[in-house]
Amino acid sequence: MNSSVLFGLSTVAYVFAMILYIAYLAFRRNQVGVIATTLTMAGFVAQTFAILLRWKEFYEIGQMGILRAIPLTNLYESLIFFVWCLILAYLIIEFRYRTRSFGAFVTPIASLVLAFIDISGMSTNIQPLVPALQSNWLLVHVMMSFISYALFAISFSTGLMYLIVKTEKRNDPSYIFWTVTMGIFVIVLAAMGLDYLTFKFAVKSQEELIRSYLFRASFRSGSGFVSVLSLAVAAGLLYGIWRYGGVLRKIVGSFDLSAETLDDITYKSIAMGFPIFTLGGLIFGAIWADQAWGKYWSWDPKETWSLITWFFYAFYLHSRLMRGWKGKKVAMVAVLGFVAVIFTYLGVNLLLSGLHSYGSQ
Amino acid sequence: METGKQKTFVDKIWDVFASVKLAAVIFAVIALTSMVGTVLEQNAEPAKNIRILVKFVGEAAAPAAYEFFSRLGFLDMYHSWWFLTLLFLFCANLIICSIDRLPRIWKLVTAPIHALTPDHLEKMSIKRTLTMKGKGGAADQVSASLKAIGFKPVQAEMDKDRQVYAEKGNYTRLGVYMTHLSILVIIAGAIIGVFFGFNAFLNLPEGQTSSVAYKEGGKEIPLGFDIRCDNFDVEYYGESDMPKAYKSWLTVLQGGKVVMQKSIVVNDPLTFEGITFYQSSFGTVPDSAAHGVAILRAVSKDGKSEEIQARVGDTFTIPGTGIQGRIVNFSPALSVDQNGRPFTYEENMTNPALYIEFTGPSQRFSGWVFKRLPRTWQLPDGNRVEFLNFWGVRYTGMQVRKDPGVWIVYLGCLTMAIGLYITFFMSHRRIWVNISEEKGQSKVLIAASAHRNRAAFERTIEKLAGMLAAGNKGGTK
Repeated sequence: MNSSVLFGLSTVAYVFAMILYIAYLAFRRNQVGVIATTLTMAGFVAQTFAILLRWKEFYEIGQMGILRAIPLTNLYESLIFFVWCLILAYLIIEFRYRTRSFGAFVTPIASLVLAFIDISGMSTNIQPLVPALQSNWLLVHVMMSFISYALFAISFSTGLMYLIVKTEKRNDPSYIFWTVTMGIFVIVLAAMGLDYLTFKFAVKSQEELIRSYLFRASFRSGSGFVSVLSLAVAAGLLYGIWRYGGVLRKIVGSFDLSAETLDDITYKSIAMGFPIFTLGGLIFGAIWADQAWGKYWSWDPKETWSLITWFFYAFYLHSRLMRGWKGKKVAMVAVLGFVAVIFTYLGVNLLLSGLHSYGSQ
Repeated sequence: METGKQKTFVDKIWDVFASVKLAAVIFAVIALTSMVGTVLEQNAEPAKNIRILVKFVGEAAAPAAYEFFSRLGFLDMYHSWWFLTLLFLFCANLIICSIDRLPRIWKLVTAPIHALTPDHLEKMSIKRTLTMKGKGGAADQVSASLKAIGFKPVQAEMDKDRQVYAEKGNYTRLGVYMTHLSILVIIAGAIIGVFFGFNAFLNLPEGQTSSVAYKEGGKEIPLGFDIRCDNFDVEYYGESDMPKAYKSWLTVLQGGKVVMQKSIVVNDPLTFEGITFYQSSFGTVPDSAAHGVAILRAVSKDGKSEEIQARVGDTFTIPGTGIQGRIVNFSPALSVDQNGRPFTYEENMTNPALYIEFTGPSQRFSGWVFKRLPRTWQLPDGNRVEFLNFWGVRYTGMQVRKDPGVWIVYLGCLTMAIGLYITFFMSHRRIWVNISEEKGQSKVLIAASAHRNRAAFERTIEKLAGMLAAGNKGGTK
């Protein structure tokens, strides 16, 4: 059995788990929840073996030593590892807080990432290490960065859920904030899906798709009609989410998760993620940069965006100490922090140029 | 002055700098301006950034936007006066915030824990009550249990009650200060690096020696010793053009004497007298065929071998045979087109090959010999010509750095790691156990507090309560 079969199995398990978690929310049948959890765990085990197998395959091909064969060297592998961390963090939360409702929020993120891998047609081949990545720092730097990203993803979903539960009036700034954030996510994903469907056969790599064809099927279309129509649809979507956000509030409100628990999970995952990110992402990254490039800090876009992300979460941790900043305001910071994470992780590699462009090779 | 309440100007400034709000503003401004700095390419030629700006503001407005950002220093923003001012404000805020809050925290850290009234204990966040039968000895039992969970208890007599209390991790409240201090240490290290170090570059062709490196803009920096590039080579994965390693063989000389030799690759630099050489780039001089020396090893059928250095046009002999080889041509990167004709596909030495004509007493033959393909070294008559190197036409590009502040930066990083660990994973935990004797049995109240990770400490208290209850059963037998 090779790793791609196991990866496929875990993907199927997560997608079914997602459906079951959502069904569990809708029907509140305990058996459904138990099956959802079992499937998630099965998917997690399959994925763990898949990662280990790929590690072994990489080790045999690369002949660089076991520590340097960690499968974390391109976009595909890093996304897989991100999903793995996310599911692990979720399972821990499910057992510690004895609640399954949150699964209906996390498994869709995992499924979306896996779907993104699949539809973007990114290279899943094992590639040997380029000279810059041949260092033992690769293992700790990349691994810890992704563990922290997964924790931040958790805080993002709980932060968003907190906002959904806590806001009622449509003119409340935090209500507008979460509906707009969610709207932009939906619109960007939909527009990227359209790009994919339109250009799939014309494009060779996902980088090419994103660099040259991003939004070409919608907003940046050659035809003025299409772009105006896309803008109109996007505006409609935004309005729809804003107008009917209350429905989502009722759904999330019916979870067995109190606002306090959501706030607690948000804080705890950031309180875990922040030190891991500081040490693994920034400090180990700086030491490695010092060894490889002769500069521990060179204001390269990836470094700068990591610092921006770090500021966001540092601000989150400090804002809890400030008067009048508890609750909704800090939840907004947690949500924005993850937007910065997404940009640090994907945006920098795909949209900006710099020293960290390994993902695009 | 008379009232003592009126704040002086200095006090007001102090209050501004001591506020978390200012920190929030500085965070936001640094973050927002940095975002602009990552979109505009730093220190790039104007055309590049104008192209980027066209995407945002359109063809017409781009030159004006470029002018605007250029005036504001955004094209080299991380070294602009206003960005350095922001960093300075950030440090000032950090220092004053810390000094402002330190006395209160210091008191909490150093003031020893003392007995509290039962009313006070009732208000604690963690509480457990239980009763212990039997006369006396309860306090000692509590002390023993506290020791068992790792605390050092103190006993005190209250009016009627006895109280046993203990604390742990009082110094962990200083973790935040350690983290804040570490940022200042890192910045101090960076400043030392800027003033007492340098960042330079050196392109060194094979066989050449340099006693200087060059800063951006071309300014020479004397090294204080000589550095020579003996050789540069690229290793590839198999027969593909995917690079596996960039390697330079370097020699350090002082007064003409060799003092150090090392081959460097990316991630493994050479350091001599505080100056470090990093493998950073490489290149090939144009018209390489005319300038390089081919290094070959000719091996005859019966095993005689000889190393040969020859230029294009030179002739050599395979030892022990009458066969002569003449190097006719050199290609830095040879490939074969659809019709089977060889052609050079790039200037860089990705796939160097030599065209050699052999003339012997009985036969004549010729062909391409590839450095990366040992199977092409074998000649049809059983002799062999190994193509080892084509030397003297490549240069290694090295980042040259001296940074006496780097160890201070690392010290700051270590401090930060420890500080963060203490801040997020440890806490100041305090326990009071109040024992009041009533009708031959002891009423026990456990009250406790932890300034972080309360849930974990509650489990410890649960354990303590369990131990006391169990010990109680044992005592009545």
